[in-house]
Amino acid sequence: MYQSDPAQTFLIEAEELLGVIEELALKLQADPASADAGAVNQLFRAFHTIKGSGGMFGFEAVAEFTHHVESALDDVRSGRASLSKETLECILAARDHIKALLEAPAGFDRNAGAEGRRIVDALCAACGRRAEPAAASGAQAAAAVQLAPAGAEQSWHIHFRPNPEILVSGGNPAALLAELRQLGPCSVIADTDRVPPLEQLQPDRCHVSWEIDIRTSAGLNALKDVFIFVEDGSELAITPIPAAGEKLHAPAHAKHSGSVHPHHGGEHHGAAAAKALAKESVVRVPSVKLDRLVNLVGELVMTQSRLNQVAARLDDPDLAFSSEQIERLINELRDEVLGIRMMPIGSTFGRFKRLVHDLSRELGKEIELVTEGAETELDKTVLDRLGDPLVHLIRNSIDHGIESAETRRQGGKPQAGTIRLSAAHTGSSVVVTIRDDGQGIDRESVRRKALEKGLISAEAAVPDAELLNLVFLPGFSTAKKVTNVSGRGVGMDVVKREIEALRGTVSIESTVGAGTAISLSLPLTLAIVDGLLVSVGGDTFVIPMSAVAENVELTRDQREAFNGRHVLPVRGALIPFVSLRELFDMPDHGAGLERIVIVQHAGERVGLVVDRVIGSHQTVIQALGRFYRDLRVFSGATIMGDGRVALILDVAGIVRTAEAETRKSSPSL
Amino acid sequence: MSTPITSSAQYITFQLGNELFAIDVAQVREILELSQVTRVPTAPDYMRGVVNVRGRAIPVVDLRKKFGLPPVADTLTSRVVVMELELDGESTVVGGLADSVHEVIELDPAQINPPPRLAARWRTDLVRGMGRRSDQFIIILDMSAVFSSEEVALMNADAPAVAHA
Repeated sequence: MYQSDPAQTFLIEAEELLGVIEELALKLQADPASADAGAVNQLFRAFHTIKGSGGMFGFEAVAEFTHHVESALDDVRSGRASLSKETLECILAARDHIKALLEAPAGFDRNAGAEGRRIVDALCAACGRRAEPAAASGAQAAAAVQLAPAGAEQSWHIHFRPNPEILVSGGNPAALLAELRQLGPCSVIADTDRVPPLEQLQPDRCHVSWEIDIRTSAGLNALKDVFIFVEDGSELAITPIPAAGEKLHAPAHAKHSGSVHPHHGGEHHGAAAAKALAKESVVRVPSVKLDRLVNLVGELVMTQSRLNQVAARLDDPDLAFSSEQIERLINELRDEVLGIRMMPIGSTFGRFKRLVHDLSRELGKEIELVTEGAETELDKTVLDRLGDPLVHLIRNSIDHGIESAETRRQGGKPQAGTIRLSAAHTGSSVVVTIRDDGQGIDRESVRRKALEKGLISAEAAVPDAELLNLVFLPGFSTAKKVTNVSGRGVGMDVVKREIEALRGTVSIESTVGAGTAISLSLPLTLAIVDGLLVSVGGDTFVIPMSAVAENVELTRDQREAFNGRHVLPVRGALIPFVSLRELFDMPDHGAGLERIVIVQHAGERVGLVVDRVIGSHQTVIQALGRFYRDLRVFSGATIMGDGRVALILDVAGIVRTAEAETRKSSPSL
Repeated sequence: MSTPITSSAQYITFQLGNELFAIDVAQVREILELSQVTRVPTAPDYMRGVVNVRGRAIPVVDLRKKFGLPPVADTLTSRVVVMELELDGESTVVGGLADSVHEVIELDPAQINPPPRLAARWRTDLVRGMGRRSDQFIIILDMSAVFSSEEVALMNADAPAVAHA
């Protein structure tokens, strides 16, 4: 049943490792004081694993290139070179190069080799700079990692129980033992206690574990490196044998069994086992399988609501009881399944750190990216589609928001700008905010641009919030000069559209001189929506509950009191409303009493006039498909308990459609 | 462009007004009676709505309107032909509303003529061929082509009008 393709597994693993490298390098660069032995080791191990696994699965170019990087890093690790800013810059370049090599088709172009050579040369140069006096001073000296050089000979006891899958995933325990032997004289005892009887023996499993005593001058790191590829799911404990302990003879024969067990167990072993356990509990599953699971649960939820109706109609206590039980189980199942798809947003943050790093260098600005709420969880689909809009917003902040260091100094601000990327839960949605402490949005240029585009009239008094929201209109860019970073007039409208396609909303606030904050409010999941069922012209529609603020009555008198103007006073504020009957081209039914469901969209409140509010309903969203893709007012459909199809309103789309019509009828905003 | 018909195949025939049409059975999933179709406001006129086909919301196209034929009221014989079509490389399920659905027939290439090029009442790029059975012509449609184009008047504007049913 083991079907995974090792090469594919390597690619996934390599991508993760490259992510680790990037994050570490950026962290070390931002905070040289954190460059301790642990961080350098982690970097080294990541490269080492890529080299080893790469070679094993036929990515020779990757293995060869990585080898050079690894050698340079080894100098750092052993204290022969310092971890300077240049070195880290080269490490980042090396990471990109490896990524490019991995993504290149089998016969990649020859330039890659030259590029690799260039990076390696730069890296060597950077590492060799250790002796220069400049590098030995200040922060860089602090960044230099001094590790104790490989010490004198020492005896170690190694307990190694490989992951039973080690053979399947391409590992070879015998080769590991041979590699160990190169480090120094050792004695190896195989523990065959767990080998099952022949009829139960699975030939592709490794049932053997090893107890190894070794005497070497290579040090703990060298020993650990031998097992670096096979740590996952394996038990590994390496404990020093005190010098006072018994001597190891080379070549040792099986004389020493007494020395094995005293070192067995112990704290080190326990920690290693716990680590192995934590690693083992992660399963990689293709997301299509999860999608299928979510769809099935969706269908279960729908079928359950139908079953509930049947049970209510038949009024049979046994049936009702079972139905309730099933409902409870299905609700739990639904929460669990949707929970599987939830991923912490922090997994995308690394990408933005790199973006800020690269862009601030390119533009010569000093910018610090602060992230908060990395643990906030979002549906994987939402997360994937959130990346590009966020990249765009961060680019915008760097390019237009944050001023140059000089301007900032003159304005009495700290020289380095800060971009704060934060995520937090609010109710059934997640709010992601990008806040910079830059110059803010100049209202005058927005107004000028809007005039130029004919979006507002010269004398119109546009409220501040509305003025700011104009930047989300297509083709609207207030940047005076176009850089290759942003400011081509594409963007903010695309960001808004993307976020709304995820059933989210975008809002903006900005203070001149103090900065801009853009908040994206996103649903936790796309698959299921809590909805308010309403009836309009005999048909049932669903309004996403996340958008609903309240609902109030509307009498014919009230409606007529405003002379056909579509506004309604609600607790002192005038709220514009849209009649869904009019919008949907349905005849006026002449009822004396209607209801207005007040929805919130982009910070504004808009009323939707419906015939009747039926109640709340949890619905599984289905796309309407290509035939309805031009529709602006519906975001999907759902099957009701009685088998009929109900349409789900797209609140953002309806408000926009209604606005467009208002604008048509009264040209000045 | 429509693929020429080279081998014998089965077709489902349905009627719109006086004309008899045929679709390759391989493209037909099922035939439904006209039940609860949910209207989709603000959609194009020829989109009849969406219908629940075993838990999935399937769009229904009013074929008369799609082809620019005069509308008629639904009758007891009205049927929804649920088709699975390959549109722009993606598999799409769509229902087509027909006046009535007749039968499954087998036609071999000898019984099918290429669509007439001149003075054709029907747009030739949407028609795979003209079948003949006893003394009636059957228009074999290329449904993928029909649904790939946004709005289709199946009839040529300059061709003589069809006699109304």
